[in-house]
Amino acid sequence: MTGLEQGAIYALVALGYTLVYGVLRLINFAHSEVFMIGTFTTMWVWGWMGIDQNTKIDSVGQMVMLIVIGLVAGAAASAVTAVTVEVVAYRPLRRRNAPPLAFLITAIGASLFLAEMIGIFTKRAPFGPPRIIEPAVAFAIGPFKVTNTQILVLLVALLMMAALDQFVNRSRMGKGIRAVAQDPDTAALMGINKNRIILLVFVLGGAMAGVAALLWNVRYGFTKFNVGFLIGLKAFSAAVLGGIGNLRGALLGGLLLGVVENYASGLFGGEWKDFTGFVLLVILLMFRPTGLLGESLGRARA
Amino acid sequence: MRQKLFRAVGAAAVAAFMLGGTAACKADSPSESSGGDSAACGLKIGFFGALTGDAAGLGIHMRNGTKLAIDQYNTANADCKVELLPLDSQGDPAKAPALAQQAVGDAKVIAIIGPAFSGESEVADPIFEAEGVPTITPSATRPSLSTKGWKTFHRGVGNDESQGPAAGRYIDQVLKAEKVYVVDDQSAYGAGLADEVKKVLGAKVVQSDKVQVKQTDFSAISTKIANSGATSLFFGGYYTEAGLLLKQLKGAGWKGTMVAGDGVNDANFVTVAGQAVAEGTILTCPCAPATEAKGTFVTDYKAAFDNAEPGTYADVSFDITNIALEGIKAGNTTRDKLNTFISGYNAAGAATGVTYKFEATGELDPAQVLVWAFKVQAGKVVPDQEIPKS
Repeated sequence: MTGLEQGAIYALVALGYTLVYGVLRLINFAHSEVFMIGTFTTMWVWGWMGIDQNTKIDSVGQMVMLIVIGLVAGAAASAVTAVTVEVVAYRPLRRRNAPPLAFLITAIGASLFLAEMIGIFTKRAPFGPPRIIEPAVAFAIGPFKVTNTQILVLLVALLMMAALDQFVNRSRMGKGIRAVAQDPDTAALMGINKNRIILLVFVLGGAMAGVAALLWNVRYGFTKFNVGFLIGLKAFSAAVLGGIGNLRGALLGGLLLGVVENYASGLFGGEWKDFTGFVLLVILLMFRPTGLLGESLGRARA
Repeated sequence: MRQKLFRAVGAAAVAAFMLGGTAACKADSPSESSGGDSAACGLKIGFFGALTGDAAGLGIHMRNGTKLAIDQYNTANADCKVELLPLDSQGDPAKAPALAQQAVGDAKVIAIIGPAFSGESEVADPIFEAEGVPTITPSATRPSLSTKGWKTFHRGVGNDESQGPAAGRYIDQVLKAEKVYVVDDQSAYGAGLADEVKKVLGAKVVQSDKVQVKQTDFSAISTKIANSGATSLFFGGYYTEAGLLLKQLKGAGWKGTMVAGDGVNDANFVTVAGQAVAEGTILTCPCAPATEAKGTFVTDYKAAFDNAEPGTYADVSFDITNIALEGIKAGNTTRDKLNTFISGYNAAGAATGVTYKFEATGELDPAQVLVWAFKVQAGKVVPDQEIPKS
């Protein structure tokens, strides 16, 4: 259960990697920092409303309101960050037809820049954002205890992913995304504004990271300037595991990684968690080099 | 055209950097020509520890203690000042050797306060030893540091062999816990402490486990601890992980008391865990409470650093810096002489009241080691009691 919950957060962040990769063939390393900024923004917004980790929140209405506000704030902040990175760092490179390596280094640079900026600004101190909901066991199926936060995290994550999936597959703009992913030049000939679509992809990916950030705060109540690093790495692995560039793959990969990691740490002890996660990745890629569900965003459902 | 302009600007910038660099190097290198009298002045005492990074919360207080001592010395001896050289290791053993080399390469550096942590001490102390730079650490508590035959090594506090067993005794005698769970973060410091606790508690330890530094998800281990029936948890590690672990553990319904070492003894622990969760946690420290330091230390510290309460080891750093300063004042202006002076020192510190007297290994005289238990109350770390010595 914990695994599913953690996997859901991985999957939401993984969506950002997958979307950007699917369209741009670019691994957006700065995405982990987009997530990190989301965690800070939700905390700050709650802080401005006078809510900190020591406030007691009792009424359900207030909880729901705070979560919705946090969700919107986190998603907005992350989307803005993602778009800023795209406009400031990637777009000029694309205009100059820079080689892929330049994009890669820029992505890593942007990631470090954002992390360090927040690090300096927050004096690198760890923070405990309010968790809003006190975890409590909601119901139990045999030995598995299911807590209220777990239900919330899973529900919100699945809802978001379903919405995104529908958006990409059904809507007009979603069609545009798929078209650009398949063949940017032909798409441009068909009258699709490539830059607009790319911007949209960053907005969507960023918003998903923002939602993940809110869920992270509710679940762990912790953030720090480098909180994005490990989760970014895990989410990227999840994306690769499921087949990078494939939305449903990101979901599957995220959940699988979360479950396997937690199962392993329950079985062998906590220190084996990351070990097992990455062994799984390596072994799986040996047999399915393009990930569980195959690669391309466009090709998968053209 | 624009490209060319960029290139020209870039080249100019690079050239400027390089020129700046060489100039800075020249300024740094010790001037060999200065003779007799002036050699005793402008000496530097290095502070080696984390000033940025994950553990900066601990390092900054120690640096402040050192700075306060040096500032006071400079006010009293305005004609012959001593300079503080901050060496920011970020608490990272990988960064320590280069930093130590930089320090020993500066002939004006005559003593080092630090390295603050055990891991960085392991790699930096051999370099100081080779160049004969005396070091006094306010906080590196790994026992093995004093067993390497380093003549320049001095420890101003007790080591984990005093702190670990004391924590164990507290759990045993004060909390009277029958079932104890022991967790460490696999760092040299955390594991060392946890091992000592296990030795004291013996069969009362129901289970032990390991976590990782920078881990954020402790749900698996929380479930295990909650199910183990342990009424007390000992955590060997630092404040970030301790705060997160406790938060998730209480979330899993655990009601026991967490006991942890000095690495958790920091206000950031409460920030991470939250007041309600941190309440009642016991933190040990081979030091007396810095906020209850003797003399004018607390008021001086507050006046010097924006009314900040002195943190853990600030008082120790202040006292051990004064040992080095006394040595310089007494005319021990070479690294060798100062080292002999420190090794033979025997007097009480102004802030801690501890009599600093080092054994041949550099260890503080065991009779002088105090271990205190602190308790988190209403979001503040307050002194609880001195832990009985046996």
